[in-house]
Amino acid sequence: MMTTPGTERDRAQIVAAKKSRQAGRIAEAASAGIKVLLVKVLLLGIVDAISVYALFVLFIKQDWLVFSLVLLVTIVVNGIYFRAKGLPAKYLTPGLIFLIIFQIFVIGYSGYIAFTNYGTGHNSTKEDAVNSLILSSQERVPDSPSYAVTVLEQAGAYSFLVTDPDGEISVGSPDAPLERVSDAETDASGQAIALPGYTTLNFSDIVNNQEAIAALAVPVSDDPNDGSLRTPDGSAAYLYLSDLVYDEAAGTMTDASTGVVYTEDPSQGSFIAEDGADLQPGWKVEVGLANFAKAFGTDSIRGPLISVTLWTFAFAFLSVATTFALGLFLAIVFNDLRMRGRNVYRVVMILPYAFPAFLSALVWAGMLNPQFGFINQVLIGGAEIPWLTNEWLAKFSIIFVNLWLGFPYMFLVCTGALQSIPDELQEAATVDGAKPWQVFRLIKLPLLLVSVSPLLIASFAFNFNNFNLIYMLTNGGPRDVTAGVNVGATDILISMVYKVAFVGANRDYGLASAFSILIFVLVALVSIISFKQTKALEELN
Amino acid sequence: MMVKKNGLLAAGAIAVAASLALAGCSAGSNSGDASSEADSSALTVWVDADRAAVLKDAAAAFTKESGVEVKLVQKDFAKIQEEFIAQVPTGKGPDITVAAHDWLGNFVSNGVVQPVELGDTAADYQQVAVTAMSYEGTTYGVPYSIENIALLRNTALAPTAPATFDEMTAAGVAAGTEFPYLVQVGPEADPYHLYPFQTSFGAPVFGTNADGSYNPEDLTVGNAGGEAFATWLAAEGAAGRMSVNLTGDIAKEKFYAGASPFLLTGPWNVPDAQAAGIDVSVDAVPSAGGQAAQPFVGVAGFMVSAKTKNAIAANEFLVNYIGSEDVQTALYEVGGRPPALTAAFEAASSDPITAGFGAVGATAVPMPNIPQMGKVWQFWGVTEAAIISNQGDPVQLWQKMTADIAAAIE
Repeated sequence: MMTTPGTERDRAQIVAAKKSRQAGRIAEAASAGIKVLLVKVLLLGIVDAISVYALFVLFIKQDWLVFSLVLLVTIVVNGIYFRAKGLPAKYLTPGLIFLIIFQIFVIGYSGYIAFTNYGTGHNSTKEDAVNSLILSSQERVPDSPSYAVTVLEQAGAYSFLVTDPDGEISVGSPDAPLERVSDAETDASGQAIALPGYTTLNFSDIVNNQEAIAALAVPVSDDPNDGSLRTPDGSAAYLYLSDLVYDEAAGTMTDASTGVVYTEDPSQGSFIAEDGADLQPGWKVEVGLANFAKAFGTDSIRGPLISVTLWTFAFAFLSVATTFALGLFLAIVFNDLRMRGRNVYRVVMILPYAFPAFLSALVWAGMLNPQFGFINQVLIGGAEIPWLTNEWLAKFSIIFVNLWLGFPYMFLVCTGALQSIPDELQEAATVDGAKPWQVFRLIKLPLLLVSVSPLLIASFAFNFNNFNLIYMLTNGGPRDVTAGVNVGATDILISMVYKVAFVGANRDYGLASAFSILIFVLVALVSIISFKQTKALEELN
Repeated sequence: MMVKKNGLLAAGAIAVAASLALAGCSAGSNSGDASSEADSSALTVWVDADRAAVLKDAAAAFTKESGVEVKLVQKDFAKIQEEFIAQVPTGKGPDITVAAHDWLGNFVSNGVVQPVELGDTAADYQQVAVTAMSYEGTTYGVPYSIENIALLRNTALAPTAPATFDEMTAAGVAAGTEFPYLVQVGPEADPYHLYPFQTSFGAPVFGTNADGSYNPEDLTVGNAGGEAFATWLAAEGAAGRMSVNLTGDIAKEKFYAGASPFLLTGPWNVPDAQAAGIDVSVDAVPSAGGQAAQPFVGVAGFMVSAKTKNAIAANEFLVNYIGSEDVQTALYEVGGRPPALTAAFEAASSDPITAGFGAVGATAVPMPNIPQMGKVWQFWGVTEAAIISNQGDPVQLWQKMTADIAAAIE
């Protein structure tokens, strides 16, 4: 190999210089990176510390599903932020986690509820239902006296030292019925307070073992039908008889006083007697499509469903159309430079938007009162026009009030969109000889619609479920009392769902969820069709 | 480089915030449970803001005496019913909650409350309060206050209390005011405020069992008395004395303005009336149909969770502390409603307004707490509104309503 020392040295120098430059870059990157890395490690450390705490708690509670979910999320989050690559994931992960928790899980859970009987009387597990039925079935024997009681302990088992109203003293435990004793120690009032061989519990001992003591039932005799003593407070006992007897193996509840046997029905989630009577509470079970069948199969729901759906579409469409028309008109008027004091007017226009909608609806309900309302009394001079109690006038009033509430939003949106349309277009059109109406119809409106139509679709979806307005203004009324259904002339789907599923104190979350799925399907269909139309509009331009 | 660094930092910050919130959610909900398991002898009590201050003293006394700690959690009263039903099954609910007696049917159907044994102290309370706190013969709560409507009279316009409905109308006409008497109705009527008139015709909604509890099988609203009441309502509506346009707000504003000597209302409107400079007196509701005019009574009290691990401490606290005269009097002083404990009520009766409402309440009937009552309201109000507006034959409308209610209860 023919090499000259000179070039060798040069090359070595070049390599060294390269290396030192490289080292410098690494050092530089590292020094800049150390701060970032420190912050990263610190913050992730906090996150991990909380996760480990959560995992610890979940482990103790043996909640394995949530445990594995938290573990998985922690590992994934750590992996993403310690990896050098995958920058997009670093930006997206927090958002995705929130999306999953607050959107996908919530929607999925509502969807699941639609297939259960969750609601009044079915709001927990079977275990809770049995526990509650047994608790409630303890009935104090009528006119039975109250017994003074002292709770005793012997080798970890509890007994009652009972002084009956006649002053006679006996002792008993859940396994041994009451038996007279003569060697008990009594206080000044004659109440027994201690017994040789037993430890007397004071109140704090009782409180520390209250679950066991509250569950004690000491039979008064060998015959269980004589009842047993229980103490609700550790110092007085009362004679109770239990109505219901639970047989876990057979899955039955037997009413001791009537002899009726209630058998558990896993498809309905309750104990049901042969004659169809059921015991409240039951428990939550999956019922398949029963809620959907109920939504379409019950006369009181199916009957008004069609008219309510039609009115919902009419209400949502008219609300969007009227507010958009008025908002657009005002936006054009106030966009004209020749108009004086435009800013003052604009502020006044936006005012209705600044009030909470439900408050405005309540105020309007007062103003539209036929006899005492401002509209009839002052504006129309005492005429008794039934704004909210006539079927068609109520519909008109709803749309009118919604127009008052909704036009400022459209006004704002249209003002913004109009100002983004270049003036040159209008000038060019005017030079070409277009009249103002033509300029508006052929140039401004199509351009406007491109940017505004997604908002119109959103506004439609909002009004489709505009519960506040209906509930506050008419509460769905007026109702035809001869129809026998709890649905009025101005009820929209969502307010009907509210009335049907949440009537009185009864809550039927399953049915309500089934309805919301139906409403979602309707709104989604309308939105898809409208967006398709919008796309066509965009291509046109 | 700069941009990338900031971006990374920002991403890190967002990620941490997100994970913190996420972990915080899961850990927070679990840690609450863990801590309540740790000191299982502490009582958790849900109270509304007004009651909280009073209970603080009672809780301190209880802790001193028994060594059991009491944690008061403030809740919005209107939301307690829903939250209690939702939270008790999860095991995260309180041991004790403040409640209205008409929630009881719902609570029992959902299995979230357990009986409370008042023992011999039951006789110390007003009978109507204990009946209201009972469901199917079992007592589920310790009552502390009674609330009902009565006739509020403007003494400047009507010096004496009317004995009958006709006397009241005559006195109202003689006073020369815009309305002879005022009762709030509204577009969907107000069966609660009209109920004393209805009972005066002998037509309660449900019949009662021997122990005073309501019998859901015995729907008495459609009896002959009910038809007579419907006819009477139509006549009052036709005469213009009752109107669906008279909402609660308008009725009380008119009364404050002196537009009528009488207003059928509850204690909640008395402070405003007195502030408007009206000298009011509280009288019994005059009978329109000849029998006793009994309004509904609402009873407030405390109930115990079905899943409490502290049943004995909870019972002790309710029966012997909430049920004491001192606490009942203190609760009366903040709430202004007649106390449920007879001794405290007698002490509070030195105030003529409290005595007036209390006297009416003592003879009144508890609002039904059976779940079937929920099916009644939806038909009851609109039918009364239609009758008052004379939209059809009153008896037919009333019978249609009775049939609809019976069908809904089935």
